[in-house]
Amino acid sequence: MTDLKQGAARLLTSMALAGSSLLLGTGAIASELTPEKKLQAASLAATCANCHGTNGQGVEGSAVTGLANLSVEYIKTNMIWFKTGQRPATVMHQLAKGYTDEQIDIIANYLGKKD
Amino acid sequence: MQRRQFLQTSALATALLGGMPLSATAKSAKGKVVVIGGGYGGATAAKYLRMLSGNQLDVTLVEPNSTFVSCPMSNLVVGGIRKINEISTPYTGLTRNHGVKMVKDYVTAIDVEKRTVKLKNGKTLPYDKLVLSPGIDLQLDKIEGLAAANASGQILQAWKAGPETVGLRKQLEAMPDGGTYILNVPLAPYRCPPGPYERASMVANYFKQYKPKSKVLLLDANADVTSKGKLFKGVWESEYKGILEYRPNMKVTGVDGATKTVRFEFEEPIKGDVLNILPDQRAGKLAVDSGIANLNNRWAEVNYMTFESTVAPNVHVIGDSVQGAPLMPKSGHMANSQAKVVAAAIVAQMSGWEPNATPLTNNTCYSYVTTSNVIHVASVHVYNAEKKTFLTVEGSGGVSAAPNELEGTYAWNWAQNIWADTLV
Repeated sequence: MTDLKQGAARLLTSMALAGSSLLLGTGAIASELTPEKKLQAASLAATCANCHGTNGQGVEGSAVTGLANLSVEYIKTNMIWFKTGQRPATVMHQLAKGYTDEQIDIIANYLGKKD
Repeated sequence: MQRRQFLQTSALATALLGGMPLSATAKSAKGKVVVIGGGYGGATAAKYLRMLSGNQLDVTLVEPNSTFVSCPMSNLVVGGIRKINEISTPYTGLTRNHGVKMVKDYVTAIDVEKRTVKLKNGKTLPYDKLVLSPGIDLQLDKIEGLAAANASGQILQAWKAGPETVGLRKQLEAMPDGGTYILNVPLAPYRCPPGPYERASMVANYFKQYKPKSKVLLLDANADVTSKGKLFKGVWESEYKGILEYRPNMKVTGVDGATKTVRFEFEEPIKGDVLNILPDQRAGKLAVDSGIANLNNRWAEVNYMTFESTVAPNVHVIGDSVQGAPLMPKSGHMANSQAKVVAAAIVAQMSGWEPNATPLTNNTCYSYVTTSNVIHVASVHVYNAEKKTFLTVEGSGGVSAAPNELEGTYAWNWAQNIWADTLV
């Protein structure tokens, strides 16, 4: 990748992250959601569970990352990096592109550690 | 297996104590849900109906087998890399961890008006909502002589993982070196698009190491490889040249189990030593018999937002029986993903809420091409209200750049996690 392309990718990522942070600022964590919104968040997060385990709890010793041990911010940042190509992957760069930044925010808040 | 379950149970206990968002939500959901079929679709639906309703919904899973045997990874058993017990999981976790009521039986009839299902043992079960996940029906009668050859054990399909998977492996082990294994691919759509190509690769991998004079003949009714085509063909060229031969546009019309002969629509008959003949497929028998497989008497048409049947109110159909949305494969991963959409929709409806208007599903399908190398295809699908179907998200999805060992590790770990997500 050329320096110019890398720079552009970084700029895009930081812009995307800034957007996500704004979303987080106005969003609500899982425990504050209405039951109806919480159900939708749970079902959206469940689309990760096929590979990453129910509620982000993978089987012990799994090579696939268990998401429940990661922070909200880490999940969001890395999903954006998968989308932009900043973080290379075998499959996550293809799957991450199927989720909007808002959906990523909901999933990260539902599965990730809050502190 | 026991160790894995113990670890799962401990993880669950830890999660409960730690206050993780295990049982999400809708304490207001009330009612009885019956789930028919304990495959990837039905078992996942039963578990998530309990979890997403905060264990409020009364959920009964009707399944005749006491152990789940996975179709994904079953080609590794055929190829001799794994044993059947390594791809099997008991249903006990659904009851122990989630309070799903298990009924070990078949459903023989659905009464949509009275909202009851009839069991083979004569009893009836009432429901408010029914989830129908009956898998596929192998249409043996579409190929002349196949039903008799299957009944005698001469020609197996092994397209529903279980005793036939082990049976096919035994036939391959018993085959003398220098023999020919013939596998066909039916016209799409059929269960697991890359499955036949993975199986041919796994058998070629076995022959290459243990029976190098033997041949794999892969006969495809389709015009070309239907999934991961470039990747499979690349491996056949680099790894299995002279062992695996692929011929497109060959439709099997008949077989003779005694002489191990395959007949075709146009070409001359071919003799082999182990025949693995796959007929056309349609929705599970119950879906066909009940009229719920309403499209050409073959697949079930659904309203994709909730997967509710277009002909049977309160019956939600998932998995391989469903007429697929564009580019939505008939896979175990997709059945698991659809099951969660349905579970959330039913919990919402039974809480008096509108179901999610933009449900999302995804698919990741790994295929082994050698003992350690794997390729994948992945996709993300979102419901489109205007078109009333699931569409793949533009720019998402794709396949592996090349076969690789890292995905070999991920594939086996994917299996462990999806089995736990479906059953534990």
